[in-house]
Amino acid sequence: METIIKPENIVYGKPRLINNNPMHYCPGCSHGVVHNLVASVIDEMGLAEKTIGIAPVGCAVFAYKYLDIDWIEAAHGRAPAVATAVKRLNPDKMVFTYQGDGDLAAIGTGETIHACNRGENIVIVYVNNAIYGMTGGQMSPTTLVDMKTATCPYGRNVALNGYPLKITELLVPLEGTCLVAREAVHNVAAIKKAKKMLRKAFENAMAGKGTSIIEFVATCSAGWKMSAGQANNWMVENLFPAYPLGVLKDRV
Amino acid sequence: MRQGFTCLLNNSMAEIKLLKGNEAIAHAAIRYGADGYFGYPITPQSEIMETLMDEQPWETTGMVVLQAESEVAAINMVYGGAACGKRVLTSSSSPGISLKQEGISYLAGTELPALIVNVMRGGPGLGTIQPSQADYFQAVKGGGHGDYRVITLAPASVQEMADYVALGFDLAFKYRNPAMILADGVIGQLMEKVELAPQKLRRTEAEIRKECPWAALGRPAGRQPNIHTSLELDSTVWEQYNIRFQAKYKAIEANEVRYEELYCDDAGYLIVAFGAAARISQKVVEIARKEGIKVGLFRPITLWPYPSKRLNSYKNKVKSILTVELNAGQMVEDVKLAVDCQIPVTYFGRMGGIIPTPQEVYNALKKIVNP
Repeated sequence: METIIKPENIVYGKPRLINNNPMHYCPGCSHGVVHNLVASVIDEMGLAEKTIGIAPVGCAVFAYKYLDIDWIEAAHGRAPAVATAVKRLNPDKMVFTYQGDGDLAAIGTGETIHACNRGENIVIVYVNNAIYGMTGGQMSPTTLVDMKTATCPYGRNVALNGYPLKITELLVPLEGTCLVAREAVHNVAAIKKAKKMLRKAFENAMAGKGTSIIEFVATCSAGWKMSAGQANNWMVENLFPAYPLGVLKDRV
Repeated sequence: MRQGFTCLLNNSMAEIKLLKGNEAIAHAAIRYGADGYFGYPITPQSEIMETLMDEQPWETTGMVVLQAESEVAAINMVYGGAACGKRVLTSSSSPGISLKQEGISYLAGTELPALIVNVMRGGPGLGTIQPSQADYFQAVKGGGHGDYRVITLAPASVQEMADYVALGFDLAFKYRNPAMILADGVIGQLMEKVELAPQKLRRTEAEIRKECPWAALGRPAGRQPNIHTSLELDSTVWEQYNIRFQAKYKAIEANEVRYEELYCDDAGYLIVAFGAAARISQKVVEIARKEGIKVGLFRPITLWPYPSKRLNSYKNKVKSILTVELNAGQMVEDVKLAVDCQIPVTYFGRMGGIIPTPQEVYNALKKIVNP
């Protein structure tokens, strides 16, 4: 065994910018993989010393504990406003927000739409798992109809709660957005594809082409009360039809 | 044009102008070398952003000026800029300042320097666009959640509107704490002669990195990440943060108290007032002195830290104190605390945007002189 573990034999490693802090994410959660992609893209583009991340309130509230870059923790939903100022005051820097569906599509709807409409040269990494994970599994704006959560225990009822909000689609017609895409990280092929899209988004921001938003349709195994495997399958069968993967807009 | 050192600076000399208080804030911010302003229109302070947009400082000093989609977005832009070590400010009036309170609490919790200007109007609710001082409690007692303090400066002239931009920034950066200019609609709209300071250069990124080693400007190899957060799930750790914040507030209380005294040396009575109420009271003191009433005007300039110690020294010298406020009587509580309730402290004021005449205040003074 010892003879096999040599640097030249390692085919998969931790991105350089991901540190050794134990992650708080639940087994089967997509955040770890998305963190990996963000860290890899920043490092591969040589932006580690120029990047400022804006962390959300939600499950990724501790994103700053895992990626060794400068971070600003925003108030709930306000990351795009924070990022707007950071980028405008430091136009040579790489600025991105990392937000969940509650943060971006509920409390932060206004900041999201206006930052995109102004065409801020930032990247919005949007992780949509259709639930509030951090607070214990409540209904989010993207919770599916009839999906059960702690605050819709009998299933989301449109008469009471309205419809799942496809906020990413709402950002497509805005003149300020240059790249709007929906990805997932449920298998190796999807991860590779998502990484390419994320890199393109980061390149757009550095080239001053406008706002790029990459949505990751994601799992919340704990919130959905499923095993990691079940959660992946449930996402493919239920979330993908409601939130179809693909490039919604690419103006670049 | 960035960072301001090669640009055309036609403001290199001090200059005397006739300006509204709101306009003075805008000019002073540019001349101080502020990096950014983020705001949302609201009466009676919209001239601040209008003047900035008219001056186009992004063409000269490189200052960013942005009209945000809301007061909430504006204060969070300020939070982002402050986290980068930039000199950033926002301005609003009472209802808009209420919206900013969450962001101000975050600034305090992350110990970030920023300047907030409140040109107060009458409340509660949407209230009126006329002048008021009814946000005194909100400003000096911590308007958002948590145990925190905001350095609060109360200008009583257009000159002080300009001067306190520099003072506010200086104090905010000295203590890594939000500072507020708490003006009222009178001082915001009043036109007076003002001397504007010569243009200062905006700091370069290298200078900011040196002066503010905590700034989130990108992590050079070898340095730990700079992380700005006010989240700590371990209460034993967060209590230590709070203890540190309180120690800082004590230091500010010890070092930064500012006030003005007029005719106080031989005074038998004292009027305590700030902002526009102090301007009216100054007239009242002059009238009363002519009538032989030995009254002085004590004007707190820092509303927090409050000049309590100095006021306390008057409790054995004056018979009685009158506070004059454009509200229902807010600062009067701090005056009573300052003199340990050992002499009578009376309040007079008008509410809802009404400005009292000197005659009304004089009548109130007469009542405490001849009860």
